[in-house]
Amino acid sequence: MADSARRQSAVPENGHVSADPLAGDPTTTAPRSTEPLAAEAHTAGSRTAGALTKDLLTIAGRTLHSRLLLGTGGFPSLELLAESIRASGSELVTVALRRVDPAARGSLIDVLEREGVELLPNTAGCFTARDAVLTAKLAREAFATDWIKLEVIGDEDTLLPDAPELLKAAELLVDDGFVVLPYTTDDPVLARRLVDVGCAAVMPLGAPIGSGMGIRNPYNISLIREAVQVPVVLDAGVGTASDATLAMELGCDAVMVASAVSRAQDPIAMATAMRHAVDAGRLACGAGRIPRRTYATASSPRAGIAEFDSPA
Amino acid sequence: MIYLNGTPRDDPGEQTVAGLLRVLELAPDARGIAVAVDGEVVPRAGWSNFAIPDGARVEVLTAMQGG
Repeated sequence: MADSARRQSAVPENGHVSADPLAGDPTTTAPRSTEPLAAEAHTAGSRTAGALTKDLLTIAGRTLHSRLLLGTGGFPSLELLAESIRASGSELVTVALRRVDPAARGSLIDVLEREGVELLPNTAGCFTARDAVLTAKLAREAFATDWIKLEVIGDEDTLLPDAPELLKAAELLVDDGFVVLPYTTDDPVLARRLVDVGCAAVMPLGAPIGSGMGIRNPYNISLIREAVQVPVVLDAGVGTASDATLAMELGCDAVMVASAVSRAQDPIAMATAMRHAVDAGRLACGAGRIPRRTYATASSPRAGIAEFDSPA
Repeated sequence: MIYLNGTPRDDPGEQTVAGLLRVLELAPDARGIAVAVDGEVVPRAGWSNFAIPDGARVEVLTAMQGG
């Protein structure tokens, strides 16, 4: 079976090569989805800055040029949010659905419309499938989109997903015609189950929401990439640009960031960093990294080396 | 009397969802508004006709920064 063969090939044949999934045979770590990128790099020439211009992300038939999704939460002002969106290059941004605030200044919707980005409503704050489904339906009414970032939270302290409720809500929403992008744990089996019920993508966490802890289990993110045929969007846990790069190097199709940008000391600079980080990781993933080795491998030839000692 | 976003409210002229949104100065065609009454979505097309029952829990929601 192809899957078991792929797993076996990850076992290092050389004792000096680490079994780290980040280190293995490029064919093991580079997912199928990166093949068009690699081909393009060869034909178009990867030295040009535009190597990624035709490397589009498609989710449920919608094509995106940017592989960075931006959350709108945590920005101290709508002005800063707008500038960060521009700096990030993101085309898809998440919003929450909350009670109208009569005292609210400025309209988030107007700002997002002006920036020309698509809205991805979420079900943040929902703890049951019932609440998440109702929130998704309300979001569809409010924003005239059937896309939903499905979040069903199981624990107030960690904000980790409630797997059974998440799966139940995903199935109900898919049946109701939604394009469902579930925020999920880094469990490859759950990811597969979510895709089995019809989710358009999976959004596994790197670490708890807002923790900035990076990708705690890169092995599982690699396994998720292998386990499903839909886009994998690393969601939650990204703290800085290198975390986003790592996600892409692991084969993720996109990265979602929120707090890492909005709560950075300079959100606009961090948004810019994230844009480059995602591009860098995407290119590196397609480029096929060298394996990690314990000992050095000389990059200069041994032949023709000068001898400075006088002959004995 | 209704519960508007969790707060009791006694206001005549709010018999329909559209009427309530008018009183709240939310344009009835405003993008980004959704309404639930007693845990059920009231579709936009039904706002003018939907009569809010006495004692109903009405949630009027919109986009907020999040995620």
